Amino acid sequence: MEQNYEAMLELEPYSLEKEKKQELLSRRLISLSEQHYETCETYKRIVDAFGIEIGKTESYYELPFLPVRLFKEMELRSVPKEEVVKTMTSSGTSGQRVSRIYVDRKTAGYQQKTLVKLVSSFTGSARMPMLIIDCPSVIKNRAMFSARGAGILGFSIFGRDKLYALNDEMQLDVEGVSAFLERHKGEQIFLFGFTFMIWQHFYKEFKKFRQKGIVWDLSNGILIHGGGWKKLKGEAISCQEFRGSLQEACGLHKIYDYYGMVEQTGCIYMQCEYGHFHASIFSDVIVRRPEDFSVCRMGEKGILQVVSAIPESYPGHSLLTEDEGVLLGEDDCPCGRKGKYFSVHGRLKNAEIRGCSDTYGAKF
Amino acid sequence: MTNLEKYNKVFMETLEIEESKLEGLEYQAIPLWDSVGHMSLIAALEDKFDLMMDTEDIIDFSSFEKGKEILSANYGVEF
Repeated sequence: MEQNYEAMLELEPYSLEKEKKQELLSRRLISLSEQHYETCETYKRIVDAFGIEIGKTESYYELPFLPVRLFKEMELRSVPKEEVVKTMTSSGTSGQRVSRIYVDRKTAGYQQKTLVKLVSSFTGSARMPMLIIDCPSVIKNRAMFSARGAGILGFSIFGRDKLYALNDEMQLDVEGVSAFLERHKGEQIFLFGFTFMIWQHFYKEFKKFRQKGIVWDLSNGILIHGGGWKKLKGEAISCQEFRGSLQEACGLHKIYDYYGMVEQTGCIYMQCEYGHFHASIFSDVIVRRPEDFSVCRMGEKGILQVVSAIPESYPGHSLLTEDEGVLLGEDDCPCGRKGKYFSVHGRLKNAEIRGCSDTYGAKF
Repeated sequence: MTNLEKYNKVFMETLEIEESKLEGLEYQAIPLWDSVGHMSLIAALEDKFDLMMDTEDIIDFSSFEKGKEILSANYGVEF
């Protein structure tokens, strides 16, 4: 039986218990797989190589998962080129190949609606003055979005009177931000940015100006940040230190990290008040053992597989990431949200992933 | 200026389009009305009519006509 996404969007994002959620997601993900099997030749070949008959699967746990790396190596698209309204690319250092994600109008709409459902359950639905901790040039190339641009644009819907806190040289606009905060004194401010950028170009710079007597009061602010910790780990900055430093510097204490990737835009995993990432009814994580891809026990570290009920224009609904993590529990987080909650322990070492992506590659 | 004139003007300026092409215009139908253009269009309309739209309405704002419908039904702008 098919499951349409519009109907799922009517539900509260963290409202379903395990069984109900698995039933709903399985219906949607199996029908999505069938759809992509019909419309994307490459996906069909992959599924056939796995030897899986989609029609015989009963749960999304049985569906094939594509290594995210595959989106760097091939064009995976399930709609005609003319219907693609934007192409999103993963962030990558220069010289590195980037993923290309093809989005049509319908999928773009689902992405935005889902993000709104998830984030507003944390921030409330009122739009707030928004401080974007990045530079305006990130969204200059409109047809081709980087992961950074897509993130900023997606979250912009929660903002009004938006200000980019950095200029295109990545320098902090101290005067601009001061004036912005003055203008919105007493209001709840929404801040959005990527973890490393916030630390490097916002926090560290602000610290210098603070010595000169500039005071920013963000005790009324909500910060949502994402993009991973890899770079900060290099500087030995922990999540606790990041939060503690921001609170100390400008009173900011409502700080939410999220886990997500451009390949599954819209379905982010928000961090709750207890520091856990949460899967909503629109997506799920399955932790798998690197040796044989069997499912890990709760508390056992493994590779994260992510599924998302959104993508119709590209076959990215079930992916094997290159991240390691641990499932911490399901339906019983003290924050009250239903669904799985987990932690992310960073990237797999290159050698390991090459190993398993080669194993995969050999199959196709 | 009437509300309709104001509304049209925002479209023409933000999306750099002639008035004669506004009727039937849909989101994503021209390059400038993409997701970036959409947020600029909303900001300009909010400015012009001095109102703040809900996130839901920003998402539902899918065409020139639909926008008028939303503004009049939910924000008391009469056309």
